[in-house]
Amino acid sequence: MTAMCDVAFLLLTFFMLATKFKPDEPVVVRTPSSISDILMPENAILLTVDPQGKVYFDYDNKKAKRMLIETVSKEKQLNLTEAQMQAFVNGASFGLPFNQMKAYLDIPPMEQKQFAFTGIPIDTSYVAETNELGYWVQAARFAGQEEGHAPRICIKCDAATAYPKVKDVIKTLTKNKIDRFNLLTSLEAIPEGTAAWDESRKTN
Amino acid sequence: MAEIAESGGGGKKGGKKGKKLSTRIDLTPMVDLGFLLITFFIFTTTMSKPKTMEINMPSEEKTDKPNEVKDYTAMTVLLSKEHRVYYYLGMANDPMNPPDVKVTYFQAKNGIRDAIIDLKKSVYAERNNGAAGHKADDEPVILIKADTTSQYDDLVNILDEMQVNGINIYALVDISEVDREFIKLTEQANTGN
Repeated sequence: MTAMCDVAFLLLTFFMLATKFKPDEPVVVRTPSSISDILMPENAILLTVDPQGKVYFDYDNKKAKRMLIETVSKEKQLNLTEAQMQAFVNGASFGLPFNQMKAYLDIPPMEQKQFAFTGIPIDTSYVAETNELGYWVQAARFAGQEEGHAPRICIKCDAATAYPKVKDVIKTLTKNKIDRFNLLTSLEAIPEGTAAWDESRKTN
Repeated sequence: MAEIAESGGGGKKGGKKGKKLSTRIDLTPMVDLGFLLITFFIFTTTMSKPKTMEINMPSEEKTDKPNEVKDYTAMTVLLSKEHRVYYYLGMANDPMNPPDVKVTYFQAKNGIRDAIIDLKKSVYAERNNGAAGHKADDEPVILIKADTTSQYDDLVNILDEMQVNGINIYALVDISEVDREFIKLTEQANTGN
């Protein structure tokens, strides 16, 4: 009994320390599969695109996210309160225009899940002043550099999203001089007999 | 820790001590709770990070000298509706001589993969033949143009094909009206048959 109890608590301690909670997702996104096995980078800016093409923003670094929301609140004259900023930092992916942000952040966290997001607006001009996604990405990169890391941008997009919607997101990035980014995919096996298959056999 | 206070003090002096009580406590509920928490943490934990694919887009800034793609190394892949893939060899710069556009799908046999493998083979065979402009370090170049009717799935699939077939030079570029025309003509030709 004592031995089993010891093992149980050892495991418990391990999982408690090793765990990192799955972030709440505002939408279910089914990513396409690829043979690529590059891990998602640390401190990434995550842009989620749902099948309808709505874009959500998240930043995988609490400190930088905090700096980001302070900048956004000041520059866009949102006058967010301390509690609202904290709600943003602790919240999951976020997809609303600036003018609806304040109202959303007042909702208690448990009810945020039922909130119907409209997505971060992207317009065709692709400049940071009017294209809100471009502004978010630029501001987040700036906050990341202040914090001491260079954030990489990851796009998590649903397989069934129409290409023009994806293109708008990619164009927003390239217009902001971000030419290198990551696309989230799920892993699939390398097909036999192809060049990549030969390569993987050589290295192993 | 789990001491059980013995009755005494005001008890009989010098008399026999009270019956010693067992200091063992039942651990079962604690162990139950322990395992419950373990299960909880196992289910909520994210041990593996999601996998990603890196992509480099051509720079928006105009460079002085545009990349010259040699005609014999080039292949253009057009992504269209219903996961259809149209492709043709060469740059199709000559309007008088339209390329032979073929249609296929993402499939293991006779799909776009075989077309890419064929291109690679022909480039490797031709680059050493000493023809004008052919250099020994020429690599196949693939231009990916996705039409508005395609889905994100198609884009990732074609990028994956580049990796599967070891194509190092490829670019994601905007589709042109000429390419749309090619798709339309091929579609008409296929339904006409």
